[in-house]
Amino acid sequence: MSGGRAWVYGDDINTDVLYPGAYLKGPIEEAAKHCLEAIDPTFVPNVRKGDIVVGGENFGIGSSREGAAEVLLMHGVPVVLAKSFARIFYRNAFNVGLVALVCKDTNRIAKGDDLNIDAAAGTVENKSKGETYSCETVPPHLMEIVNDGGLVPHLKKRFGRTS
Amino acid sequence: MGMTISEKIIAKACGRETVTPGEIVTCQVGLAMFHDSSGPRRQAPALKELGRDVWDPDKVVCITDHYVPAVDALSAEILKITRDWCAEQGITNFYDQQGICHVVLPERGHLHPGLFAVGGDSHSPTGGAFGAFMIGIGATDMTGVLATGEIWVQVPHTIVVRWSGALAPTVTAKDMMLALCARIGLNGAGYKVVEFMGEAVTALPMDERMVLPNMTAEVGAKTGIIAPDQVTLDYLAGAGAATEGALDWFSDDDCVYEQVLEFDADALSPQVAAPHSPANSKGVETYNGVRVDQAYIGACTGAKLADLHMAAEVVRGKKVAKTTRFMVAPASTRITQAAAKDGTLETLTEAGAILLPSGCGACAGLGAGVLAEDEVCISSTNRNFQGRMGASSAKVYLASPYTVAAAAVAGRIADPREFVSAGALSP
Ligand code: SF4
Repeated sequence: MSGGRAWVYGDDINTDVLYPGAYLKGPIEEAAKHCLEAIDPTFVPNVRKGDIVVGGENFGIGSSREGAAEVLLMHGVPVVLAKSFARIFYRNAFNVGLVALVCKDTNRIAKGDDLNIDAAAGTVENKSKGETYSCETVPPHLMEIVNDGGLVPHLKKRFGRTS
Repeated sequence: MGMTISEKIIAKACGRETVTPGEIVTCQVGLAMFHDSSGPRRQAPALKELGRDVWDPDKVVCITDHYVPAVDALSAEILKITRDWCAEQGITNFYDQQGICHVVLPERGHLHPGLFAVGGDSHSPTGGAFGAFMIGIGATDMTGVLATGEIWVQVPHTIVVRWSGALAPTVTAKDMMLALCARIGLNGAGYKVVEFMGEAVTALPMDERMVLPNMTAEVGAKTGIIAPDQVTLDYLAGAGAATEGALDWFSDDDCVYEQVLEFDADALSPQVAAPHSPANSKGVETYNGVRVDQAYIGACTGAKLADLHMAAEVVRGKKVAKTTRFMVAPASTRITQAAAKDGTLETLTEAGAILLPSGCGACAGLGAGVLAEDEVCISSTNRNFQGRMGASSAKVYLASPYTVAAAAVAGRIADPREFVSAGALSP
């Protein structure tokens, strides 16, 4: 279960907007400061732990850079909701421990709406509007990866390494 | 029921007779490629944490291209980490500063039809030009592959893009892909394989064919693929790649395609994509006269030998406009050598082109040739997302090498057909 305020964006939010190429070289902490800056300079200064990023179609299109998913996690965003995801972003999200949920009703969500999300059940409760939307359920093997905290901790378990 | 070429490759890689779109299967990876940005600096610490070494160093190819040559201590450090780690892990397929990964990989004979491959880069679908099934993955997925030699995939549906007819002179594979982006949009092939066919596709030489699957990344596809034929075989033989059984990889007549999109090459004109999306593509006349500060020939998409030839055809005997910088970054050192030998570099530099190192350069916003605020660039690269090539307010138009070179000479976006007489084109 996760809950927080919604940050709502449109279709085709790309990896250069999430993680500008100019910061690829340096530490991810630096790139994180510029996350979504090109389209919304208010995001970084105002995002709070638990907030949810909401997109339209094709969220995360572009580069394979995994930092595009990681910076959202670093800002405390546990879940991204979108009508559809770019495939590499989708895989990357689960691999780093960010939940990506396909929800066809994201256009009903407005900026600042108070959301409550149950990824396992596949439901999004919009408390501000008194509505509930359903999401596509996540394949079990991906849910297992994200519950372990990402692919590396998941593989650690598989290889029988503790800590 | 028959299978598509992609389904056949996946079935073989997961050890099954058949697979069906939608199924999730675990495949044995035949080749894993990564570069300096997506590679060792990310996987080395993760593998250490897992206590694993690379599952099979012979199946791994590492290529430095994003930070080459080093321009500061940070990029130098990333390259050093890459070199040291490849040495430590015994990765002998290591190409240091030899060019862009998607071009170097086939050039050095690492791709062949039927191969199931992964690449730590979103343009890894380029390998599909050689009949390989090659998908792009992120850094942690790559860690998983290096640790285990396998990866899960969902078997994708296949969309056919069929180009009938013949391209006019100065109309290229790049124009075909910009037209596709405009028609189906950035998610038009989401999660799917795009299989290219038709006489305008088979008529293309390998340098041009590579552009088609390369830019399937711009329509959200899992990958793109072209069934191998004699043109593929000749290239593979020249590169020293495996050719045995290569022509056994094709889509069965009774396979199931989700959709077939028909395009007419005869009707295609030079295309230009306006900022900030490849899907903003229209005929060049729409943007005619837009002033450009920079014309850039570069990237895995637009700086192969054939691309340099196109640019040279346009600028031969002419001069680059005083208000425009014309930058050329050949996609590999071998391409630079060939272009030096055949006079192409002379033609380009005499016209005023500035030669840049072989690598991703300005395409990824990392190397030489990035843009200042509000500057306008026309580029032979594959994507023009906001902020990619430098400052966030910079505007990048995408076009073929012909159209980029025409803009370099005119100082404005211009129709390349006015610069090249049909007879002047090399065969
Ligand atoms: S040239 Fe550009 S598109 Fe190609 S691999 Fe490099 S950064 Fe990516």
